[in-house]
Amino acid sequence: MASKPRITKAYTLGFAAAVTMVCSVLLASAATLLKERQEQNVQLDIKCNILTVLGLIETKDVEAEKVFSLYDDKVKTFVVDLTGNQVSGRTAEDIDPEAEPDLLPVFARQEGGKITAYCIPTQGKALWSTVKGYIALENDLNTVKGITFYSHGETPGLGGEIDKEWFTEAFKGKTILNDAGTIVSVTIVKGKMRGNEKDPEHLVDGISGATLTTKGLNKFIKATLDKYEPYFKTVRGEAS
Amino acid sequence: MSILSKKDMGFLTDPLMDNNPIATQVLGICSALAVTVQLQTAMVMSIAVITVLAFSNVLISTIRNKVPSNIRIIIELAIIATLVILVDQVLKAFLYDISKQLSVFVGLIITNCIVLGRAEAFALQNKPWPSFLDGIGNGLGYSMILIVVAFGRELLGSGTLFGFQVIPDAAYAAGYQNMGLMVLAPGAFILLGLIIWVQRTLTGTVTD
Repeated sequence: MASKPRITKAYTLGFAAAVTMVCSVLLASAATLLKERQEQNVQLDIKCNILTVLGLIETKDVEAEKVFSLYDDKVKTFVVDLTGNQVSGRTAEDIDPEAEPDLLPVFARQEGGKITAYCIPTQGKALWSTVKGYIALENDLNTVKGITFYSHGETPGLGGEIDKEWFTEAFKGKTILNDAGTIVSVTIVKGKMRGNEKDPEHLVDGISGATLTTKGLNKFIKATLDKYEPYFKTVRGEAS
Repeated sequence: MSILSKKDMGFLTDPLMDNNPIATQVLGICSALAVTVQLQTAMVMSIAVITVLAFSNVLISTIRNKVPSNIRIIIELAIIATLVILVDQVLKAFLYDISKQLSVFVGLIITNCIVLGRAEAFALQNKPWPSFLDGIGNGLGYSMILIVVAFGRELLGSGTLFGFQVIPDAAYAAGYQNMGLMVLAPGAFILLGLIIWVQRTLTGTVTD
């Protein structure tokens, strides 16, 4: 190696400082420049998920414009509180469930002025990570229309399977209320269902190797449904 | 320097076969196992690794005579980390779906031994142009294995290539089933093992 500079402590410090400066300026400018696009992607992904569980789109291969226009057309959003009353002055998209656990956003599918399905966000701890998803219920607020998990850090191939279609598909048509009308939620069993369970309408197949992940799911799905139940009760009351 | 000299070609092609980073040096296995369930993710990961390797080699080679040797690893890591985060940001902005599937593995390029290994073993001793070629060559060597593994895993595990179904419905009707093992990590281990075996037989590499 040719002319090596004389290494003094000051030189080393100066060199480190210079490299750090250049790197941070680069990263900061990239983050600022790309921020808008990234946020748009996140929004698009969230809306895509809501539309999918509400049954408005089949796959996620839909152009961005169509997603936004469908969402604006068909999805009515509002916020309710823990007692089931509507909260005015808040938009469902802005609620951060961690900061405001008492405000519950609802994304409802609207056809000709009538609500045909309800989509609610759900999230909680699974084995390694916080899992986030959406549950959609038919307008009887008992039958599950769909479920999706869009963000998690579970083990790929094991707990990570929760975002796969074969798993979420099994929730469709299951019911969350028992005969007495109280919430029992939908429970993921350990392993596969044997076929002799007592209430198969509240149970779905589990994932082998992911029992702890699904235990977490069971817990927070039930918790979410319990939270929304006061509101669901008033809706069911109006309908009957 | 548009025409590659014979020596330059060597920098580029040597890591493809004789000195393949995955098959011969057995580096970067973790990501090779993780992102090879589908061809598409493997491709994007390959491009990301090639980009990071090439630029980190060039940058480190450019400043190789100025870096105080007592903090050289830190400097190398700072440069590599910056490049990886840049790539991650770009993926998040332009290929959001794929970046979601790759999740942490783009970030983990920072710790991919191939990148730091080439910086230490090559870029610190060589001029920027050969370092650039070395980076591209090693990146391609890595990509080649990734893509072969992903090809096998996607075809056998899901019956698709790039997401398009290639195994006809008739085969499924006749009782053919996708091999679930291929979707999981052991499938990658088996394929990778077979590839390393074939590659070592061809090149005659012997390690004890």
